[in-house]
Amino acid sequence: MIELKNICKNYPGHEGALKDVSFTVKDGEIFGIIGQSGAGKSTLIRCVNMLEPPTSGEVIINGRDMTRLSSSGLREERKHIGMIFQHFNLLSNSTVYKNVAFPLELAGIPKKEQKERIDSILNLVGLTDYADKYPAQLSGGQKQRVGIARAIVSNPSVLLSDEATSALDPETVKSILHLLKDINRKLKLTIILITHQMEVIKEIADRVAVIENGRIIEQGSVVDLFTSPQTETAKKFIGSVISNDIPEAIAHMDIKKTKTAPDDTIVMRLSFRGEVADEPIVASLIRTYNLNVSILYGNIDYIQNTPFGKLIVTLDGHDSNLTAALRHLQELPIESEVIGYVSSHLGSASEKLG
Amino acid sequence: MSPAIWALLLKSLGETLYMVAVSTAIAAAVGIPLGILLVVTEKGRILASPAVNKPLAVIVNTIRSIPFIILMVAIIPLTRIIAGTSIGTTAAIVPLTIAAIPYTARMVETSIREIPAGLVEAAESMGATPLQIIRKVLFPEALPSIIEIMTVVIVTLIGSSAMAGTIGGGGLGDLAIRYGYQRFQADVMLATIIVLVVIVQAVQLTGNWFARRADKK
Repeated sequence: MIELKNICKNYPGHEGALKDVSFTVKDGEIFGIIGQSGAGKSTLIRCVNMLEPPTSGEVIINGRDMTRLSSSGLREERKHIGMIFQHFNLLSNSTVYKNVAFPLELAGIPKKEQKERIDSILNLVGLTDYADKYPAQLSGGQKQRVGIARAIVSNPSVLLSDEATSALDPETVKSILHLLKDINRKLKLTIILITHQMEVIKEIADRVAVIENGRIIEQGSVVDLFTSPQTETAKKFIGSVISNDIPEAIAHMDIKKTKTAPDDTIVMRLSFRGEVADEPIVASLIRTYNLNVSILYGNIDYIQNTPFGKLIVTLDGHDSNLTAALRHLQELPIESEVIGYVSSHLGSASEKLG
Repeated sequence: MSPAIWALLLKSLGETLYMVAVSTAIAAAVGIPLGILLVVTEKGRILASPAVNKPLAVIVNTIRSIPFIILMVAIIPLTRIIAGTSIGTTAAIVPLTIAAIPYTARMVETSIREIPAGLVEAAESMGATPLQIIRKVLFPEALPSIIEIMTVVIVTLIGSSAMAGTIGGGGLGDLAIRYGYQRFQADVMLATIIVLVVIVQAVQLTGNWFARRADKK
């Protein structure tokens, strides 16, 4: 278990790089920290292995407070904490094999044993055929695989990932995230990652903390963050992978805030997650309340294995039925929101389109 | 050219190679670690120590700012203490080495500084000691440019050794001045120049070849 308690970090001339940051990461968990550049996430992850010692606070890893260790004790402890970097930081004049051997060399492990470990790790990251290549001969994704191999070759219990996918193209990002998830499961490795890409959080993190101006402003499970973000920053991040905006074609439909004509139809946004996403909500609106429902926009996304859907619909029917239907929606474990009203002929036009 | 001159040319060549070889070896042995030390003892680096860094930087700068011909004469008393004499090929090695060490150190310092900080950070994150970082990260990463630096140092020392010749150090420079210039033997002058050009070319090509081989970037 990793516990950060009340971490503060001041630099000369820059007070409050981190302000009272606390979080706990359970064994085997992938914990994501997301923030814009300059938010302090880079400093924060370096507090975990004391590359940046915090000004105050405690960093407890497996019961030991890292901030109280001597420099040699700290070096010993760091051998159990792997780290990967945005720019890979590989030795350019050493082969892939030698790069991966580096931590084993430091630990003074005999060559023969080194070879066994390195061969099996290179196999795990899919670089067996690249052992004798130099970093300059590899693609970005392959370089990061070497970085990952180097970080886990000495069987650490924790892996710190410093923007590991930020310098990679989208296809490669997916494959690296897949690899990280894979080693997380196979090796029961706890992973703490920092990123500014919400996609990374969405793909592999179990829990997430949002950091802004050196402070954690929101933390919780990834599904919770996606379905009910509390802060503007979190909403913005989510918007980068799942659009929260009303699609442009719908926004152009002249949605009014209030009902101005008697035959105006309601435009609603419904967001649902998990089991509820499988339920026939729309069908029940039509059958039970005898409403005309037309779907303007629909999207179901998966946050890891949890379905997470969003619909924009217009509802039209008798006032009493509408009121009952809205009440029914309120009772369901979904989020519903009336966006506005449109003239009914517009609503029916889109119905024909849909 | 008479056979005597040929013999003299060969002898002078031997003296030059001797002076350059010894002073290069010492300059490398002292200058390379000194160059690394100039970086790692800097503020914020792995062995940060202003008490070491500042005086070293001052010494290196001071020696670097004295023109070789003046340095050579100025340190004659020191040369006498170290070599037992101030005249001759062995004595010439003292000023050559003293000039070459800070020269080497400054260039090595520059090349060490160019190594991305992230590499050192990665090694630190793996629990490497400062000495391990120097041996396993900084030196291997800078090796191609250190080879290039040593090539430049050798070429510069060949030049300086000719100057050392003028104060009785022997070598090709001495030969060219005494026979080629003072006795108007143009053929000796020409022969000396050709030999120098050939040596410098050979050193440069060999150095380039090794540097290219070491560089995997």
